[in-house]
Amino acid sequence: MAMTIHVDIVSAEASIYSGLAEFVVVPAEMGEVGIYPRHAPMISRIKPGSVRIKKPDQADEDLIYVSGGILEVQPGVVTILSDTAIRGADLDEARVLEAKREAEEAMKNRTSAMDYAKAQAELAEAVAQLAAIQKLRKRIH
Amino acid sequence: MAAGKEIRTKIKSVENTRKITKAMEMVAASKMRKAQERMKMARPYAEKIARVAAHFSQAHPEYRHPFVVARDQIKRVGLIVVTTDKGLCGALNTNALRNSVSKMKEWDSQGIGVDVTVVGNKGLGFMQRMGASIVSQAAGMGDTPHLERLIGPVQVMLDAYKEGRIDALYIIYSRFINTMKQESTFTQLLPLTAEAAMEKTEHHWDYIYEPEAKSVVDSMMVRYMEALIYQAVAENLACEQSARMVAMKAASDNAKSVIEELKLVYNKTRQAAITKELSEIVAGAAAV
Repeated sequence: MAMTIHVDIVSAEASIYSGLAEFVVVPAEMGEVGIYPRHAPMISRIKPGSVRIKKPDQADEDLIYVSGGILEVQPGVVTILSDTAIRGADLDEARVLEAKREAEEAMKNRTSAMDYAKAQAELAEAVAQLAAIQKLRKRIH
Repeated sequence: MAAGKEIRTKIKSVENTRKITKAMEMVAASKMRKAQERMKMARPYAEKIARVAAHFSQAHPEYRHPFVVARDQIKRVGLIVVTTDKGLCGALNTNALRNSVSKMKEWDSQGIGVDVTVVGNKGLGFMQRMGASIVSQAAGMGDTPHLERLIGPVQVMLDAYKEGRIDALYIIYSRFINTMKQESTFTQLLPLTAEAAMEKTEHHWDYIYEPEAKSVVDSMMVRYMEALIYQAVAENLACEQSARMVAMKAASDNAKSVIEELKLVYNKTRQAAITKELSEIVAGAAAV
């Protein structure tokens, strides 16, 4: 039997792939890398593209699309930490601006200064309401 | 029999309410299962990054990422408050917000300013009313939170930390203990507290970095923070669904007992009316 390496592709939201492979090709940032079992430990950023996985005892390769992320290689395990969104300095910058704009909009209708007393009063009211409901429930039973 | 009719309508309306709360309970129960799965799925990613980051700091003690360096003086802090978008989930949001207010008050008394990032409509509305300084927000995430929606708001905080506008970053979210129990939790995100001492490897080895180590680790750190926050959001969602399920179950039970009481009252008035009529007839017959 040919030597195999374990391949895990995980994203922050879900586990995408897990299994054994004879050979893996990953679109790293500096160019495609082919990984055979017992590869030296390596870390690299990856570009959006497809990961090709040659499974043992199977003629065709599995293709999995990743939208970028980080590749970690250990002699027996390849881990791909896949991004769930397409990333890039410009894109992230745009997201930051969008988030700031939204926050500014939200800030427009804020009341003057920090008002802890009011906030606490509001919360105390909510707590009191909950307590009242609890009491009511006990009385009914 | 006016009173009887009124009570009947009342019973009808409580029954309708009960139908709704029952339906909401069942919806929350099925969503809860999915939310819990999602919560578990997010775990391997963060664990893996944490492991790699810990290895890196061991192999390169000379390079300290800004996220790891603790600052001597804290002038301003960032706080991420994770709440739900919708209400009707018991005391979940109230607890989280109460926790935030007490922390913010504590900081305020020490002269430390607070910048807030809010996740969820409920927290956003509250922080607005309270007049907190909101630097970014992510509201309306829906039942399937996506990391993509969090990147921007989180980056605002991370940038602020890197540029020294804030000196620490904290998060408040509801931790999922079990279906019946959720706990509002306050944790420090930045600076990253030293990971539990790694097992010392006997021979020194290091990764091949591509491109150079610093830039790879930098992008990894950002992802690590995002993964941690995403996980908090996913966990909060699981809490929301289970809290809602429990709250709606209680509401349905209450409606049931209210209906029972109303039925008792209804039957009593009905009987009283019949007795009254009978006695009137008997009295009338006797008089003739």
